[in-house]
Amino acid sequence: MTTTKETPVVVPDFGDEETDRKICFIASKGTLDMVYPSLIMANAALGEGIETHIFFTFWGMDIITKELQDDLQFTWMGNTAMHPPGKKMHMPQGMAGLPGMTKVATKMMKKQIADLDVPEVPEMVQMIADAGGQLWACKMSADMMGFEMDDFVDGVQGIISATDFVELSEGAQVIFT
Amino acid sequence: MPVATIAGADVAIDAEGFMTEFDEWTEDIGVFLAEQIGVELSERHWEVIRFVREDYKAQGETPTLRRVSTIGGVPTKELFQLFPKKPAKKMSYVAGVPKPKGCV
Repeated sequence: MTTTKETPVVVPDFGDEETDRKICFIASKGTLDMVYPSLIMANAALGEGIETHIFFTFWGMDIITKELQDDLQFTWMGNTAMHPPGKKMHMPQGMAGLPGMTKVATKMMKKQIADLDVPEVPEMVQMIADAGGQLWACKMSADMMGFEMDDFVDGVQGIISATDFVELSEGAQVIFT
Repeated sequence: MPVATIAGADVAIDAEGFMTEFDEWTEDIGVFLAEQIGVELSERHWEVIRFVREDYKAQGETPTLRRVSTIGGVPTKELFQLFPKKPAKKMSYVAGVPKPKGCV
C-alpha cells in the first residue's frame, strides 16, 4: 500500500520534561581501578540529563587534586581476584609487593583503559565538569591533607562538610565508591 | 520493523524511533527529526551531524560524546548546549545513526 501522506513518526522519549532525579557519588578511593566507577557513572548520568554531584573524600580527593590526579596508581595487593585480562589465573599476592610492581601494574592498567578509548583521570574530571557535573571536596579530608581550593582543579565548586553533603544530597540517589 | 514516511521518503525506524538504515538519511530528514525533538539546526549542529555520520561510516559505530569533542572538535560544554540534556542520544537521532554504545 502506498500513501502520499506522512505517517506519524515515532519520536523517542528523551525525557525532556523536568525530572527531579538526582545522583550523588561519594568517591573515597584513590587507587586507579577504584576512581573510575564513580567517574564513569557520573559521566553517564550527566549524559542522561540527570543532576549529578561527586563528593571527593579521603584518598578519593586525589582525583581532583592538581598535583596528584595524573599519578594515581594500581596495585593488586590485597585483591585476590586479580588475574591477567581474560585469563583464569591468579596473580600471587607476594608478587604485588615486589619493588617496581605497582609501576608495572599501573602502566598495564592505563594501557587497557586507553585501549578502550576511555580518558585518563584529569581529562575525565574535566569532561564531567564540562558536562555540568558538580564537584565537591570534603572539608575534613582537605584539612587533614592541608589542601585549599587552589590545590584543586577548576570545576571543583567548594570544600564542604559532611553536613553540607547530607543537605545537598536530599532526595538524591547516593552511591558510595 | 516500522516504516515511517519522513520528508517524502519511507524510512525504517526501530521501536524507539531511531532510523535503522544509514543510507536512507537525507539532510531534509535530519531537519525533520530535529524539529521533532525541538532542536533548531544551526551551522554548528550540522558540523556535529556531519561528523557523527562520517565517523559512523568510517568506524561502523556511533561516536561517543568524547570522540565528537576530541576528534570532531566540538567541546563537551557546547554539545550540551546544542543538544540539551541528552546530547549523545539526540545527535544520533538527528544524524540517523544508532545510539552510542560506549560507556564514555
